[in-house]
Amino acid sequence: MRVVIAEDHALLRDGLTRILQAFDFDVVASVDSGPALLPALVTHRPEVAVVDVRLPPTFTDEGLQAAIAARNRIPGLPILVLSQHVEPLYARELLSTPRGGVGYLLKDRVSNVGEFIDAVRRVAAGGSAMDPEVITQLLARREPLAALTVREREVLGEMAEGRSNAAIGTKLRITEKAVSKHINNILTKLDMPPSDDHNRRVLAVLAYLNA
Amino acid sequence: MAPWVRRGMRSVGAGLAAIGLALTNVPLLVLSIVALVLVPVPFLGMALVPWTTILVRMRTDLERRIAGRAGVPVVRPYHPPPDRSVPGGWRRFRWVVTDPATWRDLAWLVPGALVGIILGVITLAVPLYGLAGLTLTPVWIWLGTGWYGYGTAWSVDSVGEALLCVPQGAAILAAGLWSAPWLRRVDALFDRLLLAPTRAADLRLRVTQLTVTRADTVDAQAAELRRIERDLHDGVQARLVSLGMMIGLADELIDRNPAAAHELLAEARESSGTALVELRHLVRGIHPPVLAERGLEGAVRALALSLPVPITVDADLSGRLDTPVESAAYFAVAETLTNVVRHSRARHAWVSLRHVEERLTMVVTDDGAGGADSAAGTGLRGIERRLAAFDGTMALSSPPGGPTVVTMELPCALSSPRTTPSFATD
Repeated sequence: MRVVIAEDHALLRDGLTRILQAFDFDVVASVDSGPALLPALVTHRPEVAVVDVRLPPTFTDEGLQAAIAARNRIPGLPILVLSQHVEPLYARELLSTPRGGVGYLLKDRVSNVGEFIDAVRRVAAGGSAMDPEVITQLLARREPLAALTVREREVLGEMAEGRSNAAIGTKLRITEKAVSKHINNILTKLDMPPSDDHNRRVLAVLAYLNA
Repeated sequence: MAPWVRRGMRSVGAGLAAIGLALTNVPLLVLSIVALVLVPVPFLGMALVPWTTILVRMRTDLERRIAGRAGVPVVRPYHPPPDRSVPGGWRRFRWVVTDPATWRDLAWLVPGALVGIILGVITLAVPLYGLAGLTLTPVWIWLGTGWYGYGTAWSVDSVGEALLCVPQGAAILAAGLWSAPWLRRVDALFDRLLLAPTRAADLRLRVTQLTVTRADTVDAQAAELRRIERDLHDGVQARLVSLGMMIGLADELIDRNPAAAHELLAEARESSGTALVELRHLVRGIHPPVLAERGLEGAVRALALSLPVPITVDADLSGRLDTPVESAAYFAVAETLTNVVRHSRARHAWVSLRHVEERLTMVVTDDGAGGADSAAGTGLRGIERRLAAFDGTMALSSPPGGPTVVTMELPCALSSPRTTPSFATD
């Protein structure tokens, strides 16, 4: 799978490259600044991009801006944004770009290599990968969630992070069938349209949480 | 020539200048009165008063400088000029006439001139009379003009009496030269009565100064926090993330490729060491532990040991300073020494720390190339601002070719000395 990396810190760029290569990703380009990212994405048309939020020259949210610009330019381009801190505000901005796989994770998560690789693949496949920290902050401020049971809220959180029904089932030690029952209940309680497409459903949940 | 003679001669010269300057006061007063009388005239009136005020202030500023040279510093008392004012405009007119210092200046013109002339004449006349006794009088008497007297002898008739003029003249000349600086001082003290700020003006100047230094301090603090955030983000935080990556990857590889996993773990260990080093550097930049433990003197000594240029520290502080002052003083010295190492090409530097009469004086000297300019770099300006927050000052002397001497002063108290380091409390 072809991937482009944008990370200014040499150590982290190197670490990311090594991890992705160890899992048979093809790192076609790794750039170290915001302005270099867009041309690299346009030239290489990777199947997924892994982008740091803070990049030179401004050292502000250059990477995030470049990612949003790239998604507007190349609709459906899957991008996984990494950062040393997460802000629901940034998640909202990312999610408001045209559809396609999107992820937003703390850099810490990379150290759990298996899950990180899983998240990259999920985003590449058009799914999502939201950091638990973002989800926690989002869930904390939504009033109507009080109507959900504890279990349903757990399922909602896992779902918002971007996991498949099967993965949620394994994580929470319940059957996949039980998971879809919970999800249906959640969608009903939150007054959201039922959908068969899992990715679209997750994005709908995120959009709801972000509204 | 003895220093007191040189001082005396300089003061006599200043006395002569004072007489000349005093004479300019009269036309200045006349001009000012004319301008004030003409105020009701449309357009012209309001423009004239600020102009004559500028002239008067040039004169009084000169007088303040002269007083300062006589050892009586006189601060400029004027209100700052208004924003967006145009010559001839109402704002400028109001600025001038509402400033009490304007009227005090005018009130000074005549008495200032009188005192200046009287004291100037005394300053000049006494040494001249002495000089006359020393030289002319004996000659004249010798020529036979017997009617002339001098000092104690009126009139001088005999050669013996004529010779007595010489020691008398010498004594009068010495007394004149010796007293001249004091007369200048008296003149300056009189000037201060009217030309220095009133108590209210003094407070206003102080408030202005405090506002500026407070803004500077807040700016500097914000910049410092931004720097710390950047350092943490790009340094330790990034390193810990990379550490996590290495360990995670090693964990994945340990079964498939144990050799690569071992290599990664070794790298990870090294990286954790580097992270600690970076963290220590950062902590030292925020507040050096040795400063907390040993105070200014110990911290400066520790710093001197860590720099590549040999530095002699000569310190004699018998107690600790307040923590904020201590920190400001330390970073001022540290910044100066950083400049020495970076720019001066010095082979040796000296630091002296003294606390005398509630003032901490820190002097950093180096034998480098000189030519340092506080206006050019941000470093020296930063030191100035750091010190200004505590009413401290910095003076720089750096002629091309060196040596560079940076003198920093901070008004502050020393807390009671700690006789022996106590292990129970440390």
